[in-house]
Amino acid sequence: MRQTRSSNPGLSRRTMLTGLGLGATTGLAITPAAAKELVVGFIYVGPKDDYGYNQAHAEAAALLKKMPGVKIVEEEKVPETDDVSKTMESMIKLDGATLLFPTSFGYFDPYMLKMAAKYKNVQFRHCGGLWQKDKHPMNTGSYFGYIGMCQYLNGIAAAYATKSKKIGFIAAKPIPQVLINVNSFALGARSVDPSITTTVIFTGDWSMPVKEAEATNGLADQGIDVITCHVDGPKVIMETAERRGIFACGYHADQSKLAPKGYLTGAEWNWITVYKQFIGDEEASKPLPNFVRGGLAENFVKMSPYGPGLSAAGRKNVDQVKAEILKGGYSVFKGPMKDNKGNTVIPAGKAYPETAVELESLNYLVEGVNGAIA
Amino acid sequence: MTQAAVTVAPAGDASYPLRRGLEALLAPLAALVGAVILFSLFLLTLGQSPLDFLDLVWRGAFGSWFSLQNTLQRASPLLLTALCVALPGQLGLVIIGGEAAVVLGGLAATVAALPLVDAGPYLVLPAMAVAGAAMGGIWIGISGWLRARLGVNETIASLVLAYIGLAIFNHLVEGVLRDPASLNKPSTYGIGDDNMLDTVPWLDVHPGLPIGVLACVLCWVLIYRTSTGFAARVTGGNIRAAQLQGLPVAKLIVLACALGGACAGLAGAIEVAAEYGRANASLNAGYGYTGILIAFLARFNPLAIMPMALLLGGLGAAGGLLQRRMGLPDATVQVLEGMIFVAILTSDTLYGRFRWFQPRGN
Repeated sequence: MRQTRSSNPGLSRRTMLTGLGLGATTGLAITPAAAKELVVGFIYVGPKDDYGYNQAHAEAAALLKKMPGVKIVEEEKVPETDDVSKTMESMIKLDGATLLFPTSFGYFDPYMLKMAAKYKNVQFRHCGGLWQKDKHPMNTGSYFGYIGMCQYLNGIAAAYATKSKKIGFIAAKPIPQVLINVNSFALGARSVDPSITTTVIFTGDWSMPVKEAEATNGLADQGIDVITCHVDGPKVIMETAERRGIFACGYHADQSKLAPKGYLTGAEWNWITVYKQFIGDEEASKPLPNFVRGGLAENFVKMSPYGPGLSAAGRKNVDQVKAEILKGGYSVFKGPMKDNKGNTVIPAGKAYPETAVELESLNYLVEGVNGAIA
Repeated sequence: MTQAAVTVAPAGDASYPLRRGLEALLAPLAALVGAVILFSLFLLTLGQSPLDFLDLVWRGAFGSWFSLQNTLQRASPLLLTALCVALPGQLGLVIIGGEAAVVLGGLAATVAALPLVDAGPYLVLPAMAVAGAAMGGIWIGISGWLRARLGVNETIASLVLAYIGLAIFNHLVEGVLRDPASLNKPSTYGIGDDNMLDTVPWLDVHPGLPIGVLACVLCWVLIYRTSTGFAARVTGGNIRAAQLQGLPVAKLIVLACALGGACAGLAGAIEVAAEYGRANASLNAGYGYTGILIAFLARFNPLAIMPMALLLGGLGAAGGLLQRRMGLPDATVQVLEGMIFVAILTSDTLYGRFRWFQPRGN
């Protein structure tokens, strides 16, 4: 009802503008797209060109735009407030979107769940949320990648590049997703040389460019010569590291352009795999899966091409471990393992592969990491 | 920026108040038109059609029932946060730390609600409103007190206090007040779905809108129709003269800051009660900062805050459609907002330029 009412004035305004011959173009038609075309909405919390989290999604969306019969609508810098509900609703009502990918963690509860209850014919798939069958509607779901393994490989590469045996990690918040990466990076390096220490700095929020630059400089001043990170946009960190003449391992997307000399390799998302899968199911009118997870083997994540700073021996070791991981069942977190306060966190004989639910509530830093969570 | 605090119409010029009102209306309108023309030139250099742009802004912000609700929803918290700047602004103070009052107000409201969750919304909601307003009032009141008693610049004080407030907020939400079940987005415990505010009947807009409108009207009455407001405007016009008249300048300063802060704190409490149900980083969404822009655009007049909040809410609502249909980056809307801001500030110099608006007669 409302839809019809609302579109009429818009159309008459358009007719008027066209009548005046003043540049209304056909691309602006307000009527939802033709039934055959699948309209897919992407929502990002930051800018699409942040060399990081949002760019990783936007790059996949750009590839999808080339698919016939699929129309992509995108909106960037949408805060995790009621604004995102309005963005979703606007995409549904004004663009005719029937499949939505709100990509930021905070979009899930309550905004996406609220919209999913209101628009039962629209499919919502969220990046990073924990979808539970008994709690959440069936037209919602979540997907995520096990990128910790790539940070483990980053750590191995870092171990071959460091001379001071001190490496660094700049992290946003001490939450499980981030801590898995910090620990994986440290464990990767220590798998090559147990004397390597990893210093972690928490900046407190996802996008703090000034603090991130300060942290990079601070780490470099301490003699740390390889760094990586888990923040939304690693641009500043990579550029600062390059300027300081130290090595860097990327995160989220390929940042080799920002640090052509010091970039060793990087942990990247490969979201196109996931999105193609969802869109393929939707086009084939198959029910979409609700809980989707995958790692290196499933092609959900990938490593950046090696940079000039990584030695032949280093490349060989990373390749070998990667081949092991691709076989499946590889565990980075295995006992006996101690945290950095000396407490045993994983007893001997116990191992958690990337799929283990125990890791989703991880709350410690492993031995060899300098830093504190609280 | 400060308006002439008290103007008395000369005898025999009955239409002067009307002409003065017209001047106050036409000046920002002219500025708005100027900004749109400037922005159109900017769009033309990008090879985009300004008419398409305006058409989309209209459709995305006001052109349909859904768009209008979208705009109203975005404008709601801005009404209260703009008051946080406008009330002290009447005394010539520039307070820019409203963001901290919003987040701490929201946090205080949540903390007040948590022990009462089983008592039902009739106890929880008033407790939240009082706690949120009190917290916001205290936080901005500190800046006022520093100004009145120690002569500390209130702009710097409120800005620095905003950083401190956000740090305290994050520390508590990620520390002692954290619900351990909120793994990847640290949050406090929830106030319970039963205790949350419903949307306004017939409108998909939360009750922040009517509360904000009411607050704007009450503040207008306070400023323009009470002796306290009169004293505040005299202080804003000339603080020395006010002191000589024996007005309680220090008290007025603290009061205006505390009241403004209470409005912003209430905004935070409403966001928690109507939207999130718990306090977390979502509260830190920049409402306090957008409020500064609106208050300046409204020239600190509480009634003018309403259309200006609607304008900025509308630009926010249309921003998404602009990205999706014209492929423009999100920053485009910020460019337009910046141009409007500069144009309206510049339009201040228009006041008094045109004879016709001035008092006539002997």
